[in-house]
Formats: sequence, C-alpha cells, structure tokens
Amino acid sequence: MNMNMIDFFEALFQYEFLQKALFTSVMVGVICGIVGCFIILRGMSLMGDAISHAVLPGVAISYMLGISFFFGAVITGVLTAIGIGYVSQNSRIKHDMAIGIMFTSMFAVGIVIITLMKSSADLYHILFGNVLAVRMSDMWITVGIGVLVIGLVTLFYKELLVSTFDPTMAQSYGLPNKWIHYALMVVLTMVTVASLQTVGIVLVVAMLITPAATAYLLTNRLSVMIYLSAFFGIIASVFGLYFSFIYNLASGATIVLVSAFMFAMAFFFSPSQGLVWKALKARKNRAELMR
Amino acid sequence: MEKKLKNPAIFVDDLSFHYGEKNVLEHVTMEVKQGSFLGLVGPNGSGKSTLIKCILGLLKPQQGSVSLFGEKVQKFNKWEKVGYVSQKANSFNTAFPATAFEVVSMGLFGKVGLFRFLKSSDKEKVWDALKAVNMEAFANRNIGELSGGQQQRIFIARALVSDPELLILDEPTVGVDIESSESFYKMLKNLHRENKMTLVLVTHDVGVMTNYVTDVACLNKQIHFHGNTKEFEESSSENMSAFYGHHVHVIHHDHDHE
Ligand SMILES: Nc1ncnc2c1ncn2[C@@H]1O[C@H](COP(=O)(O)OP(=O)(O)OP(=O)(O)O)[C@@H](O)[C@H]1O
Ligand SMILES: [Mg+2]
Repeated sequence: MNMNMIDFFEALFQYEFLQKALFTSVMVGVICGIVGCFIILRGMSLMGDAISHAVLPGVAISYMLGISFFFGAVITGVLTAIGIGYVSQNSRIKHDMAIGIMFTSMFAVGIVIITLMKSSADLYHILFGNVLAVRMSDMWITVGIGVLVIGLVTLFYKELLVSTFDPTMAQSYGLPNKWIHYALMVVLTMVTVASLQTVGIVLVVAMLITPAATAYLLTNRLSVMIYLSAFFGIIASVFGLYFSFIYNLASGATIVLVSAFMFAMAFFFSPSQGLVWKALKARKNRAELMR
Repeated sequence: MEKKLKNPAIFVDDLSFHYGEKNVLEHVTMEVKQGSFLGLVGPNGSGKSTLIKCILGLLKPQQGSVSLFGEKVQKFNKWEKVGYVSQKANSFNTAFPATAFEVVSMGLFGKVGLFRFLKSSDKEKVWDALKAVNMEAFANRNIGELSGGQQQRIFIARALVSDPELLILDEPTVGVDIESSESFYKMLKNLHRENKMTLVLVTHDVGVMTNYVTDVACLNKQIHFHGNTKEFEESSSENMSAFYGHHVHVIHHDHDHE
C-alpha cells in the first residue's frame, strides 16, 4: 500500500496526463458536490439520473459532427427535461413515470447512434469514464463549467435557497420557480458533460447524490452542507483516481466506491444521525432507566 | 400626492375564479384601504385561501383583476411591501437543513435584493421578529425539528421581519395554543396601530377577531358582507347563522347531485 502511494506520487510528478486527470477529477468532485446538494434537497435525484443519461445521444451526435460534445449534451439534456415536464403535465402519466420513459429512450437512442458509427471502446469510455485520457480541451471545459457553476450558486444562493425550501413563498416573492428549475436542468447537463471523462455518464448521478447525502447527514445548515459535500467530492476524486491508477480499474467505479464508503461511515457514525451512536444512546438510556 | 395616499392596499375588481369546472369565486369585489385591518371569514371551502392567492398573484383569475397599492398585480414588483403567511405554512420542505433563524432571515431576501447579503442590522431585525413571536430560544434549532405550532410562529416571524406595509395571514393561529394566539392577536393589533400596517386576517375565530379588526368581509363564493366591524356586529347574529347555514345547505345540495 505504501509502496503504491509512493509510486502514485512519483507518477504524478512525472506524467502530465496524471496531473490533468487529478486536476479534472478534483474539479468534478467540487461541482458535483455543490450541484448535488440542490438536487437532493429538491427531491430530484431521479431527475438527476435521467438528465445525466439523456445527454448520451447529444454527445454521440457531437462526436459525429466533430464539434464539442458540450453543445449536443446541453441540447438533448434540456429537451429531455422539457419533454418530461410536458408529458407529466399533459397526461395522467405521473412525473416519475415520465422520467423513466424519457431518459431510457434517450439513452437507447444514444447507444444505437454510437454503435452505428464507431468502435465500442468509445462507448465504454463515455459510459464509465476514462480519466487517464483527459485531454487539455476537456480539462478547460471542466474548468469553465466549474467556474460557471460556482459563480451561479454564489450569485443566486438566496434564490436557490428560498425556491428549494419553500416554492410557494418563492413565488410570492416573484421568483420564477419554473425558470430556476430549468436553469438547474441546464446546469445538470453541464455537470454531466464535465464529469464525462472522470466518472462517465452512468455513474455521474452517484457523484451528485452520494457526497451531498453524506454531508446532509452531518449538518443542519445548507451552507455547511455545500462545503462538506464539495469536500467529500474532492476526497472521492483523489482516492478514486489513486485506486484507478494503481489497480487499473475504471475511474468512475473507483471514485463512486470511495464516496459510497464515506457515506457508509457517516451513516453509521455521524454524531447526530449515525445509527451506531443512536443505538449506544438508546442502550445508555435504557441502562439508566433500569437503575 | 393625494391620489397616491388614497390608493387602496388591495383592490379586487369583479373577480371570478374556477378550478376546472368548479366555480370557487364569483364576481368578488373588495377593497382594503391602507391602514385598515380586515378580518376575512367564511366556511371551509368558501374560497378564502383562493382569493388570497389571487390577490398575491399566485393564481390567475379567469375574470376580473387585482390591484395592490394602485398597481395591477401582474405589474406589481414591490413584493417586499407584502408579507404572507400561507394556511399550510408547513407545506415547506421539512427535510431542509436550515435553522429557525435562517428561515426567518429568508423573509428579508425580497428587500435585500439580488446579489447582496444580509448585514448585521438585518440580523437585528431577525432577532426582533423572533422575539415578537417568542421564539428566540429556538433560533438555532433545525426547522424540521420544531413542533407544528412552533413552525407556524417561525413563519409568522418570517412574514414580519421585512416590516411589510401589507401583511396577509391565512389562518395563522391554527395549531398555535390559546395563550400564544391571544398574544399573537395583540401583536397584530400593535402592528396595526403603531406601525400603521395594513392587515388581512383569514380566520374562523369570529368571536375573538371582532375585538381586533376594523373591517369584516364574509365570503362564500361571493362577498356576502363587507363593512366595518360595528356594522358587522349589529347585523351579525342573524346574518352569520344564515351565512353559515346557507353553506351547509349548499354542501347537501352538492352531495345530492353526486
Ligand atoms: N388546487 C385545487 N384544485 C381544485 N380545487 C381546489 C384546489 N384548491 C382548492 N380547491 C377547491 O376550491 C374551493 C375553495 O378552496 P379554498 O382553499 O379557497 O377554501 P377556504 O375558504 O380557504 O377553506 P378553509 O377554511 O378550509 O381554508 C374548495 O371547494 C376546494 O375544494
Ligand atoms: Mg383556506
């Protein structure tokens, strides 16, 4: 293990590709952590899953046209979000059903397009991430998206807070809930694009939900939750990358496993919510009652 | 100048509203003068909450219009002048990580404006509002961990904190114990007298309410009575029973048809 660690650091100093990979995955950890807080608090975990999958055809078509997959992804992501809203508002189909139908269809379309046009190696990398192949341009896209996301959340923190906490009140303040929702969908597609190389489409949602959920177990304040969540995102990215490099595993999988491990720790040992402390406390109380 | 002073805080003009096929409000016309304190009463399902939501622009009436301070509600943009406590204030996101203090400070966001943050003078206001509803001790508690009545008080504080000119309360004392609701009414009276705040209070507490309000409106799809408290009390004994009695009749009627 120690040997591996030294190898890793040596390689880190030696290889530019690894530096790029580390930098990109840390950035992804931060933005997924931040955006994830709003996704889980708005009860949109499933929507996050849907949008991240639904960008696949956009990514595929962008590849085909030789343009940055950023544009294709945002277009298909937003179209899917609008489609889901349209279907659930104009029929008896419930919201979760609409989500399930729309995103799987989009995902299937994406798989067909990619299989038709290129080798399946590309598909594998898009789906599961290949952080060690991060190009300079990918890195800059991620940085750009990161700056944008952090900027937007800082500028509109109050608006996001109110519309997430109490939509009715937000509306009575004249806040456009609907636009905030769609803006968040756009951000979600951008986050997916940013995460494409590191965790891949299939597992992006884990990076959105797991670090945020871990933070949620540990604090009662949104601002603290956001910082914690971003911090857990970074830890997951760094250690995930390490395991991916040392054991030659798909980076998406290792990153997600590290964040799942952190969640498990918080779940059992969090001071206020942790199951272990709760059980101990209950035992102590019982013991005191017996006396 | 004089014209401006005379603008009513709320003017509802021939407003009708229906949910789908169901008529909820019919030709409602109502004026709330600045500085008055209106009690809005009516049986369950009579459309009080719906009328309030139309007034706040949360629902769009199919017919008629609403003006706030002389401006059509669609164009009205000084929402910091208006405080609102909704009937189901606990329809908020209970799992949200926010302290009572933070929830109250959200009431200032309309006033603070975009891109700016709370100053220390704002924090003072939040404490004042918490004091007004007797909840200072709970400032750092998570909102989801308070009792229903305590949450309701926090939401009242949130409406008070921005020092609105018009405060609309939809059954604010439901779930608040008698003692607290009494001190709450006194606080409202104080706000009305001292701060010249215009108040609209939806309530079923007809007996208690008349001790505090200046005007009364009775609503049941239509406005059945709209006048000052004195007129209301003079006419009330026979009016009210007829009013509520009529409603019971309507319910039976509906059931017969279904
Ligand atoms: N979202 C909705 N969709 C359809 N009908 C509704 C909706 N909200 C309210 N209604 C109906 O409109 C009517 C008026 O409801 P409203 O909530 O305005 O009554 P209210 O006077 O506030 O009653 P309460 O005293 O119980 O609060 C009721 O018959 C209700 O069933
Ligand atoms: Mg009501």
